[in-house]
Amino acid sequence: MWDKYLFATSVQHALQLLVEHRGQARIIAGGTDLVLQSQRGERPSRVMVDITRIPGMNFISVWDGYLHIGPLVTHHAVTASPLVQEKAPLLAAACRAVGGPQIRHAGTLVGNVVNAQPAADGAIALVALDAEAEVTRRTGSTWVSVLLLFRGVGVCAADPCQEIVTALRFRPMRASDGWGFQRLARRRALSLPIVVTAAAVSLEGSRISTARIAVGPVAQTPLRPTAAESYLAGRSATLDALAEAARLTAETAQPRDSVLRGSREYRTAMVDVLVRRALSQACRLE
Amino acid sequence: METLTFSVNGKEISVEIEPDEMLAGVLRDRLGLIGTKIACGEGECGACTVLVDGVSYTSCIFPAMKAQGRRVLTVDGLSDGVTLHPIQEAFVEETAAQCGYCTPGFIMSTKALLDENLHPSHEEIMTGVSGNLCRCTGYYQIVRAVESAARKLDSEARP
Repeated sequence: MWDKYLFATSVQHALQLLVEHRGQARIIAGGTDLVLQSQRGERPSRVMVDITRIPGMNFISVWDGYLHIGPLVTHHAVTASPLVQEKAPLLAAACRAVGGPQIRHAGTLVGNVVNAQPAADGAIALVALDAEAEVTRRTGSTWVSVLLLFRGVGVCAADPCQEIVTALRFRPMRASDGWGFQRLARRRALSLPIVVTAAAVSLEGSRISTARIAVGPVAQTPLRPTAAESYLAGRSATLDALAEAARLTAETAQPRDSVLRGSREYRTAMVDVLVRRALSQACRLE
Repeated sequence: METLTFSVNGKEISVEIEPDEMLAGVLRDRLGLIGTKIACGEGECGACTVLVDGVSYTSCIFPAMKAQGRRVLTVDGLSDGVTLHPIQEAFVEETAAQCGYCTPGFIMSTKALLDENLHPSHEEIMTGVSGNLCRCTGYYQIVRAVESAARKLDSEARP
């Protein structure tokens, strides 16, 4: 599959190796997606640049008004973090749903994002949290919305030949915020989702001030159903209102017939059901 | 070829490997440690589970180079060759193996679980082995074996 397996000692070193190898090198962290892709001949690469031994990339911390997550933070580390459990329980729930313990020990949340699958649990939660990713190249870094990193199925806007995502950040949830995470899959573990949805709702009593909803895989990229979100803004959290928001979401979902995930009709119907459940969970109306 | 130097079941080993080999293949084919099984080969069934620095991974998708300088524990290293490890004992006593192909993976996941939490609840056991699939047993005996192993290790730990 590859001819060389190198360990980067720093982000700059990793970037230098990428540039030196002119498109023939790729970053590997946990490798839970990348190894399989390499075995199937997708994402071919002559050189693997392993970033897992770079110090200081494992951070989960709050500063500057954001919760920051480093590129080596695994799904397991996210679920185990008291800070995430307190400030972003939605993300902890999403990461807990990925694979099984062995996969969660290896796979990173940033890897989940750059792999750019609209079914990715961690990424769906990050999109609902309006998360941003720090994209770093040799000349410097920029913050980009995670949602905008998704260009298509498996296509990330970050250039894998010269850019590395070095952090994620999002505003922590407040204690009064509600959240919901719902997932439909063939099994309770070791299963990609048929539909997965995350909802983050800020509530004033029983009134929704803002709702953020993310759904996948119902399109080439994660879906933020803005019509449903606008509908809910300022509205009282009643079962009818949540049902209408779910209906509006299902209207904008565009799943295709799929051997793996079911017919278009089934998948669209399930979007309605799951978004309704996620919103009920978030508004504590279950 | 690259030189992989690491500790396997307590022994320092150096072995020449191709840079794109997976740990499962190195353990089985280069080191003759055939306790670790490759079933799906895609990290989706857990049969190949080993511990690296005490953490469980599916070794069939774990690039062997990642084990450089690390400590690997496989099922082959659990017992002293004469006396079964309490987890192995529990699996035998509870008839938790039928074809036995998934068993080494379950045992290693159990070791990882009990090393971290000696008194897992039923939910915690189910989550702890949720990365392992069995086609034979229906899981009931496996869960009982994990519970029994926990009791055995707990009584061993008490003075």
